[in-house]
Amino acid sequence: MVSFDINRIKVGDSLPELIIRPITQSTLSKYAEASGDHNPIHLDFEFAQKAGLPNVIAHGMLIMSYLAQAITNHIDQCNIKEYGVKFSSMTNIGDSLTCSGLVTQVNQVDSERQLKLKLLVSNQHNDEKLVGYANIVSY
Amino acid sequence: MLNESLIKKKFPPVIFNINSERIRLFSKATGETNPVYFNKRIAKSKGYPSLITPPTFLTVVVNEVNYPFKYISDVGIDLNRILHAGQNYRYHHLIYAGDTITMESQIIDIYTKKNRTLQFLEFKSLYTNQNNQLVSESNSTLVARF
Repeated sequence: MVSFDINRIKVGDSLPELIIRPITQSTLSKYAEASGDHNPIHLDFEFAQKAGLPNVIAHGMLIMSYLAQAITNHIDQCNIKEYGVKFSSMTNIGDSLTCSGLVTQVNQVDSERQLKLKLLVSNQHNDEKLVGYANIVSY
Repeated sequence: MLNESLIKKKFPPVIFNINSERIRLFSKATGETNPVYFNKRIAKSKGYPSLITPPTFLTVVVNEVNYPFKYISDVGIDLNRILHAGQNYRYHHLIYAGDTITMESQIIDIYTKKNRTLQFLEFKSLYTNQNNQLVSESNSTLVARF
């Protein structure tokens, strides 16, 4: 699975896009159980409405997990030194997501190769859901 | 509104034993397909001592014993006003099935934006393993809508 050659990546190269199937209520229930995040805003329609939302929303950390796969599908996880995101808008039931990444910096320091990635998740309407970055180091 | 004197508030440590089942459950629920999160034999063939935990797995430790809700009620905000605004991790060492992780968290900042209608809370957490090795650090930003 890890086949992307990190020693050949240049500034301006992109990670292959990762497409995530539409989010369902079952996606969120399974994530709640696996992660332990049972916040009712992700699970309970009435609670979400009382919070002023039209329906439950996806866990931000689930979206961050999807985006991580856009990296780890191509780069060994042990090479990721830092990974951060900001949640730009809520992800709704039915949203289909595209996770993408762009190489913005490459530095060679002795035998160490350092990459910076700019990351993005957007939905089928091209609404930005999350922006992020990752710092990658290979030896 | 939150009291800014909560800055530097520390929460009691959380200790969590990581097992293979939980790694597989989490990986499956997040749509992972990489065998290093599912198959011990393949993880070992790649030089890892056991299954590795995916990059966002530490959120499981945060959620242990309903911790985040306690965080939020402890600082006096309604749960339905809270959203996750940002998250980052620094990774020092991989975390494996069989590891025992201790998380120590603290509020490091509280500030408002948009004419004080949005209030932000920043938490920092340190994660150490059973060998007292700092394996990871995280910053989480929550936003409360008023």
